[in-house]
Amino acid sequence: MFGLDKKDFRLLLLVAVLVALAPFILNPFPEGSGMAQFNAGYPDLMQRFVIFGIFAIGFNILFGLTGYLSFGHAAFLGVGSYAAIWMMKLLTMNVIPAIIVSVIVAGIFSLAVGWISLRRSGIYFSILTLAFAQMSYSLAYSVLTPITGGETGLQPKINDPRILDGALANGGTPKANLFGLEMGSSFNLDVGAWVFTFNAGYYLAGIVMLLAFYLSIRIFRSPFGMMLRAVKSNQQRLNYTGLNAKPYTLAAFVISGMYAGLAGGLMVAMDTQVGAERMFWTASGEVVLMSILGGVGTLIGPVLGAGAIKYMENILSKINSDILHTWFAFLPDGLEDFVVTLIYPFIGKGWHLTLGLIFMLVVIFLPGGLVEGGQRVARLFGRKKKSTDTPDGKTTPAE
Amino acid sequence: MGILEVKNVGKRFGGLQALGDVNLSVTENTVHAIIGPNGAGKSTLLNCLVGKLIPDTGSVMFDGQSVLGRKPFEINQMGISRVFQTPEIFGDLSVMENMMIPCFAKRDGAFTANAYAAMMKDKEIIERAEQVLEDMSMADKRHMNAASMSRGDKRRLEIGMCLSQEPRLLLLDEPTAGMARADTNNTIDLLKQIKDERDITISIIEHDMHVVFSLAERITVLAQGTPLVEDTPDNIKGHPKVREAYLGETQDAA
Repeated sequence: MFGLDKKDFRLLLLVAVLVALAPFILNPFPEGSGMAQFNAGYPDLMQRFVIFGIFAIGFNILFGLTGYLSFGHAAFLGVGSYAAIWMMKLLTMNVIPAIIVSVIVAGIFSLAVGWISLRRSGIYFSILTLAFAQMSYSLAYSVLTPITGGETGLQPKINDPRILDGALANGGTPKANLFGLEMGSSFNLDVGAWVFTFNAGYYLAGIVMLLAFYLSIRIFRSPFGMMLRAVKSNQQRLNYTGLNAKPYTLAAFVISGMYAGLAGGLMVAMDTQVGAERMFWTASGEVVLMSILGGVGTLIGPVLGAGAIKYMENILSKINSDILHTWFAFLPDGLEDFVVTLIYPFIGKGWHLTLGLIFMLVVIFLPGGLVEGGQRVARLFGRKKKSTDTPDGKTTPAE
Repeated sequence: MGILEVKNVGKRFGGLQALGDVNLSVTENTVHAIIGPNGAGKSTLLNCLVGKLIPDTGSVMFDGQSVLGRKPFEINQMGISRVFQTPEIFGDLSVMENMMIPCFAKRDGAFTANAYAAMMKDKEIIERAEQVLEDMSMADKRHMNAASMSRGDKRRLEIGMCLSQEPRLLLLDEPTAGMARADTNNTIDLLKQIKDERDITISIIEHDMHVVFSLAERITVLAQGTPLVEDTPDNIKGHPKVREAYLGETQDAA
């Protein structure tokens, strides 16, 4: 189906179903209940799940396949965002041109950065990409203020030219839309105590992510993808087999840069503002964490990693000590305070600590990331029906 | 005029003259061995042939074209394949994938942006790779992870990968180094079979005299960066200069 074998097609289908039903799946707790704060099914967060999913999928094409660890991918995300916002200021608030141009501009920028950075490999490559990203960040923050808005960043203004759009209605503000369908518009479905939100922007981003995911499966299963894995495995043998590693790695770099640009463009489509902090090195580091946490070189891993980190960032960080006290109110007073004091450093602003611990546990005990964890669990339960060898004999890069 | 013509090649590393003035002519469809004691410059010479090193002086012509200044992948595309001292294979990939990569390189060239094609649906490449695996009697190992195989099998795979490209010249750098006797004999048999069945020129660098004298039709003895003598194996065995420079150290081999 779609040029995929059965297993890959099933994976794509699974992801499609998850994306489509996310508003239900992520909102398992009734509104107003004590557990409602663990609900992740609100538009803002769901959009972030899929957008960072795209970012991580693209990053994984470079890091997972070729093994080249870029520490500067946030630069491409930022450049894509700036390109998108300028399209919205100059052309139209329709998100289509913004998204397309963000991919193209990020592609061109990553071609330049990759062409230089790929002269080195290993740690030197990582440092070069990091340097480029930090330079981009600093430039966007200072010298390039006329283009980037500097500290304040950019957002569409009422008096922007927008040559393709008609005049705004009196008192109206420019809103990102897809041929008139506003990205911010949502439909609420009330089922008993539950509220499920279906947001136009989320579904657009979700469809784009599915396309991006499909494309990444095709790349993984192509001769090109195999050459990228060969680069990671043994570059010496590759050279002496008559293959030029440079254009392969550069192509992978540009493709992953374009994915990052796409994510940046979508971020602007969902929330029409850009600031330079989007290009800061911590943002580049985050996508590395996502890939490793989910499973480097696997198809679905980066998406899982992106989801896990964004969930913790948005949900765990909102728990405060008052909430903890209500949870443990059933304990005797002294014990309650003690338990809350113990847990407190790991929540709220301390969510990074939890992330760090989970990351360490994954790297030490599950080097294959969450995907490996899933495979182990599956093996534990599926041991009875001991399936025979997989027909294609793939060793690692399954799902 | 041989398929490989090395003329006046010299290479210096700082104060060390690794290669003095090497002249070598390898005739098409023969097995030509290069032997010599440690430090004689055998590996340096080989590296000059495949583009890893660029000699300071002299010329290296393959089939009438100079290889100097070309990158390893370009030289490979000209028809020279190299087998390394320690088997260089794609350890993270399956044996089948290992075999498919050189087939793609042979058919599609040094770079092809076929990111949207389905690798496992490329019948031509799959058939070709399976054929070579069959020839190497490795068909039963096709799903194995290449890194998990024995050294002998890795060597066999590496040779197979080189042969799948139908090179005109196969360079072997101590192909049996560090191998158990059984694996060494298997490799000799394999190389003999290749020599008999194919139109291929083989150039081999080897320490193991047993290997050299079972395979070679011509032998060049290298000592201190210069060729001492070049002759048939029978003449080399009895050659006084060679005994003095090299074979004297390994009585049992002669």
